[in-house]
Amino acid sequence: MISAQRLSRVFVEVADTLVADFDLIDFLHKLAEHTAAVSDAASVGLMLADEDGQLHYMAASTESAKHLELFQLQHAEGPCLECYRTGRPVTVADLSEGDARWPAFTPRAYEAGVRSVHAFPMRLRDRVIGALNVFDEDPMPFRPEDVKIVQALADVATIAIIQERAISRAETLTEQLQGALNSRIVIEQAKGMIAQRSGLDVDTAFERLRAHARSNQVRLADLARAVVSGSADIPTS
Amino acid sequence: MASPEDAPPPREARYVLARTLIARERPGDVVGVVGAVQGLCQALTTHLDVLGAAVNLTSGRGPAGVIAASDDRCRQLDELQFSAGEGPCYDSVLWGRPVLTPDLPAVGTGHWPGYAAGAVAAGVTGVFAFPLQVGAICLGVLDVYAARPGSLTDEGLLMTLTFARIATEILLDGDLVEGGDLAPGLGAALDYRAEIYQAQGMIMVARNVGAVEALARMRAHAFALNQPLLALALEIVGGRQRLEDE
Repeated sequence: MISAQRLSRVFVEVADTLVADFDLIDFLHKLAEHTAAVSDAASVGLMLADEDGQLHYMAASTESAKHLELFQLQHAEGPCLECYRTGRPVTVADLSEGDARWPAFTPRAYEAGVRSVHAFPMRLRDRVIGALNVFDEDPMPFRPEDVKIVQALADVATIAIIQERAISRAETLTEQLQGALNSRIVIEQAKGMIAQRSGLDVDTAFERLRAHARSNQVRLADLARAVVSGSADIPTS
Repeated sequence: MASPEDAPPPREARYVLARTLIARERPGDVVGVVGAVQGLCQALTTHLDVLGAAVNLTSGRGPAGVIAASDDRCRQLDELQFSAGEGPCYDSVLWGRPVLTPDLPAVGTGHWPGYAAGAVAAGVTGVFAFPLQVGAICLGVLDVYAARPGSLTDEGLLMTLTFARIATEILLDGDLVEGGDLAPGLGAALDYRAEIYQAQGMIMVARNVGAVEALARMRAHAFALNQPLLALALEIVGGRQRLEDE
């Protein structure tokens, strides 16, 4: 199922971006996109826990509003939350409409056309900081070797957020998580501004922001911050 | 046996506790932001058994001046950073995240050669700087000082993050504002909900105001109507509200 060629492209890009000018939210989006391509899934989303253990959406591979909503509503219940709490992968290869585990999540997922869900813990040794979520619109089992590969991608996301391979300082986790959560807020502020100016929905506004950052070769984080501080704007037509 | 749903979620419980402590500690004769922030510095110091705390405001170029502190010594410790032009509070603003240094004597001169020696000589063992930020806007920094190694344990850190969030709200609202009829803590807290910040961006453009003003107006509107901030944000994101009457 997972192509070695696609996977090697992922690692090249990861190595490229884990250096200077690192842009966390943009990196997580790219990682989600690679994970979706590598595993042939419809959508991949990344969730990060705050200091209270509540999960928050950070990045996804998809522009589908329905799938984005499914990622975002998992702060209260769902495979990601279960995965985060247990520290173990959660895998439902064939989601049935009547699956009672997640009474708020499952009907919405089914209605959105999702037929398989998998969640992988983002962890560093014994600390779990979030979860990587995979959706597909067909029943999709994961072979053990595929589980290992997607788990490795989740581990890369963890390292990107914590910026260290081991949590040697207890304070590092707090510092990095608070920084990551705030970076996401900057993006949301910029999305709102662009959506209001252009009449687009917020998710399309985000795609415009990313596209403008890419084509002008500026960091997504810097562009978002500039939009909010009023020193930059993006064409919205 | 009480079910887990009966106890308030830890975040809310911390938030309510912190606000209660602040209201109790604030000096009776100082109104507005300064009184509220001073109450916050004193409440934090007592509750967490640290040396003290100070809040400074940021301008476009970084930390700019102490607004209040738990005592004169901590005010002076903050000012040490300003005269050195460097220190944890500067880095927290620059990097947009807390800068936590529990062992200043060990790492301070490496990070901040112009600042650390003076603080260590004054008895400081730990400095914990929390930017009072909401995405792209940073209103100030909360600096917490410790004089004993091992300060700010996990639980202490959670409470300090709560105090930092409340300090941000005080700077936004101009005081420690009560939530009216809402359950304590429910309406006011700046949660990590995306819609609040999307709405902020929309109001910035719709009303042609800056980021701080937009969020302050949203909060004022929510307080006046006893509405949770998130509910107002959902109305704004849904296109049903643009705060035209503010």
